[in-house]
Amino acid sequence: MKHLLSTEGLSLSNAVRILDTAEEMAAVGDREVKKLPALRGRTVVNLFFEDSTRTRISFEAAAKRLSADVINFAAKGSSVSKGESLKDTAQTLSAMGADAVVIRHWASGAPHRLAATDWIDAAVINAGDGTHEHPTQALLDAFTMRRHWTKLAGLPSSGADLKGMRVAIAGDVLHSRVARSNVWLLRTLGAEVTLVAPPTLLPIGVEQWPCSVSYNMDETLEKGVDAVMMLRVQGERMNASYFPSTREYSRRWGFDDNRLRALDRLGLKDTIIMHPGPMNRGLEISAAAADSPRSTVLAQVRNGVSVRMAALYLLLSGDTREPAATLKESN
Amino acid sequence: MTHVTQAPVPARVVLNHADIDRALTRIAHEILEANKGSKDLVLLGIPRRGYPLAVRLAQKIAAADPAVDAAAIVGQLDVTMFRDDLSHQPTRPPHRTQLPLSGIDNKVVVLIDDVLYSGRTIRAALDAIVDLGRPRIVRLAVLIDRGHRELPIRADHVGKNLPTSSAEKVRVRLEETDVIDGQAVNEVVIEAGA
Repeated sequence: MKHLLSTEGLSLSNAVRILDTAEEMAAVGDREVKKLPALRGRTVVNLFFEDSTRTRISFEAAAKRLSADVINFAAKGSSVSKGESLKDTAQTLSAMGADAVVIRHWASGAPHRLAATDWIDAAVINAGDGTHEHPTQALLDAFTMRRHWTKLAGLPSSGADLKGMRVAIAGDVLHSRVARSNVWLLRTLGAEVTLVAPPTLLPIGVEQWPCSVSYNMDETLEKGVDAVMMLRVQGERMNASYFPSTREYSRRWGFDDNRLRALDRLGLKDTIIMHPGPMNRGLEISAAAADSPRSTVLAQVRNGVSVRMAALYLLLSGDTREPAATLKESN
Repeated sequence: MTHVTQAPVPARVVLNHADIDRALTRIAHEILEANKGSKDLVLLGIPRRGYPLAVRLAQKIAAADPAVDAAAIVGQLDVTMFRDDLSHQPTRPPHRTQLPLSGIDNKVVVLIDDVLYSGRTIRAALDAIVDLGRPRIVRLAVLIDRGHRELPIRADHVGKNLPTSSAEKVRVRLEETDVIDGQAVNEVVIEAGA
């Protein structure tokens, strides 16, 4: 593995390896010295062309816990606003000796472009590109689910997959890179995924995805589900009206107090409620649901640092003396 | 992990099951003697094969001193992230670090590994310990000392000193970690180098 660009092509063994490594990294957060020397002297650049708080901070914390040097680059207030191209930005970072580039870009495919060209000879990690993929978010979601799932089964989480787990991903699938990355990764790990959304917020071709589709939230809950992942309604990407009103959306598709009570009524006592954040409280998730013991929102943030440490470690710690060409072949 | 040898490599067994057991019994008593009892003892095994050795030593210490609970003094210390050759080797997945509940502050920590060679693993282990706490004393026990040190490091307790050439390979096989042809084995062999 030289880059982490998508979960679609991620093999089961590589996915489990990242999750297992993350499991060991998680222990570092509980220690007196929350730092490992593994990436000393390496430089990680956070290249963010789009606003982000938690992903950027999470990558920064992960890189710093591994003793890497971190350079934060936000497009706002940089030469990009003067019209610099991605190529020139990449070559500038390359000249400064970046070993890894964590890139978030509004254009789908920008990280692939960076990885496929010879503009920069660094490991590229996709931190969200357009409406395409957000692999580390899917990995941290899978990590959170795997901990929950193996705890219920009374098994150690290392080495396990998610075989048999029923996951509902609900909300704005159309604009969500988190949903896409999760569908691919959860399929690889053996979970059964159901997308729950209004037809207007489902992409064309969704019937070809390795998951089932439902238009009714309550029916999906009644069928039984082990994890419900609520997606953020992405107001900033909505150029047209996809639903009549926010009130109607939250009533039909949101996880409100009635549905929280329904979980208890249906005897689904071990079902967790997930959200990648930032949450629109009162729209796709009610405050009671977000703050309930079922909510894993904060655990997801915590696990995000561990998973990103694992990704950085696995991409950056290998043999640096090997010529880049052979590394790409073994990708 | 099973070692599959493609061509028959000339190998000779230098310690068999009984030899390993005797060496561990002696080391267990040496540890108790050096510590003047079992007070504050913590045994930290270095993965992979140091940990099963630490578990065996703890059982022997518990057998010699009934006041000791073997499970409560044993831990595992992963040194992967502290190695000085991380950027010269293929990526190594880390192992678990698990300390005894009592922690290691003000304890007498005995590091346990299977083979002492260059000493670099032990240097990494010393760094790893510093990040976890502050033991009163750190000692080192190894099953095999094969020489060729590259750092000023010396073992306090040695199962067997084994003079080797650096072209040779020393393989420790323990029933907890190694299965060959479906058989659990306990032996130390020297394989001639290429």
